[in-house]
Amino acid sequence: MKGFTSRKAPYFFIAPAIILLLVFSLLPIFVALFISFTNMDLAGLADYSNLSFIGFKNYINVLSDPVFLKAIFNTLFYVIIGVPLVIVTSLGVALLINLGTSKIFKVFRVVYYLPSVTNVVAVAVVWTYLYNPAFGLFNYILESMNLSAIPWLTDPTVAKLSLILMALWRAVGLNMIIFIAALQGIPKSYYEAAQLDGANTWQQVTKITIPMLRFAIFFVSITTMIGWLQFFEEPFIMTKGGPLDGTMSAALFIYKNGFQLSNFGYAAAGSFILFIAVIAVTLVQYRVQAKESDY
Amino acid sequence: MKGANKDKLFQWVAGIVLTIGGILFVLPFIWMILSSFKMESEVILIPPTLWPKDFTLDNYTNLFQNMNFAVYLRNTMIIVLFSFFGMFLNAMAGFGFAKYDFKGKESTFLMVLATMMIPSQVTMIPVYLILNKMNLTDTMLGIVLPSLVGAFGIFLFRQFMTTIPDEILEATRLDGASEFRIFMQIIIPCSKPILAVQAILAFIGGWNSFLWPLIMANNERLYTLSVGLSLLKSQYGGNFALQMAGATFMVMPVIIIFIIFQKNIIENYTTSSSK
Repeated sequence: MKGFTSRKAPYFFIAPAIILLLVFSLLPIFVALFISFTNMDLAGLADYSNLSFIGFKNYINVLSDPVFLKAIFNTLFYVIIGVPLVIVTSLGVALLINLGTSKIFKVFRVVYYLPSVTNVVAVAVVWTYLYNPAFGLFNYILESMNLSAIPWLTDPTVAKLSLILMALWRAVGLNMIIFIAALQGIPKSYYEAAQLDGANTWQQVTKITIPMLRFAIFFVSITTMIGWLQFFEEPFIMTKGGPLDGTMSAALFIYKNGFQLSNFGYAAAGSFILFIAVIAVTLVQYRVQAKESDY
Repeated sequence: MKGANKDKLFQWVAGIVLTIGGILFVLPFIWMILSSFKMESEVILIPPTLWPKDFTLDNYTNLFQNMNFAVYLRNTMIIVLFSFFGMFLNAMAGFGFAKYDFKGKESTFLMVLATMMIPSQVTMIPVYLILNKMNLTDTMLGIVLPSLVGAFGIFLFRQFMTTIPDEILEATRLDGASEFRIFMQIIIPCSKPILAVQAILAFIGGWNSFLWPLIMANNERLYTLSVGLSLLKSQYGGNFALQMAGATFMVMPVIIIFIIFQKNIIENYTTSSSK
């Protein structure tokens, strides 16, 4: 180990991780860009001489593919319904837990966080059973309360809402923790001043807490939005994107075209459109974050 | 005095609301566990039973005797071991960025952070093609390589290791220790808190790995528990008790580990998100 001077040492330490990140994170971006302009399929994979450049044809085709458009519509549906639900629920739980003084409230942190750490495949299997129209627990509970059964996963629109409900259940934990951390960062003196002025709890929450949490709310909405853009396992396991592509997500569309139909070039074009969407959302986040820190 | 009463009332209301919500939150888990001990004929009874009438372990033995869950479990454990190794590589990189000055440090670190923005759905097609070119499809190496290291882990290690005082490193260096020995004997022991959290997350990540085994493995020989469970669901769609046993087998170890270490995990997020 003698020739191992401290000049070379840092490169030795970072090399393995950097090489892996280069090969499996950065290089793929360029490969994806390249093959999105080719007709790469199984024949092209076997022999690169079968490969030919087709310009923007994949992009034009994918943007006029009714299934892809459906996937984008579904993603917008997930974002518009799902993001506010996640924020309101996690913030509500965080506020209640944070205002609680008894030790029992620490237990609630664990209970609500639990779904976040569990395996998404297992959870999807369990929820498919709960949603089962004949033997599922949910429809049984509805019927025993004399309410009509809900076609949880068999109607295109209801199926989207059912997936949102399950994703909400999984998302509350982590976002609640983010909100609790932000809540604890608000100086106590603000509340004391408000109490001296005679403000009640509701006024304190709406006039101090919510404005002070602006950034946390924004952060949660961006990460939740990116999560929906990448929504994959739940529709893959529970509905295979059905019924009638009603739960098809952009990520599932890419997987199906790439690995089930072997249209790698076509799927890569779809994935690049997804990538641009993720970058756009992230850039908006940075712009607003920069603005926020001006205060 | 009126304020104190009001506050007490609020505490009770908050407690009751959270309790009802909490019951709803754990209900899917309770239903999963109870159903996994029922006979297949009991699971499809209307009205459903809450507590199993004939408590049975058949579903669990079925998983291992008639299905390949033993193979899936072995593969999953191999992936968990690899993710510990990946965590070690993350720690090394974090140390390199935290304690050395070298050419291109800032730009390299920026590149590491930039990879956090790349969604796996964008890289899955090209990574498959790259691994195919390296003849690594349908191998364990092909399954673990794409997600072995991660920018977030490197970032957290770097954050933690910058707080270790330089003087300790200098003193060991004067004693003639090599840089790698400094890392192994000084840095690693000093980093126990962050290592503990990262090890738990590495275990959970490896245990839950789904996407790469799904893409890379061509047959059951290399399936993980997640992939095996999704196969079980599509092959035995009507056997709910069997499916619940598979799901319970996957979920319970993580729930137990999480409950034991919940303080470390939750505080890790609380501190890293408030920074």
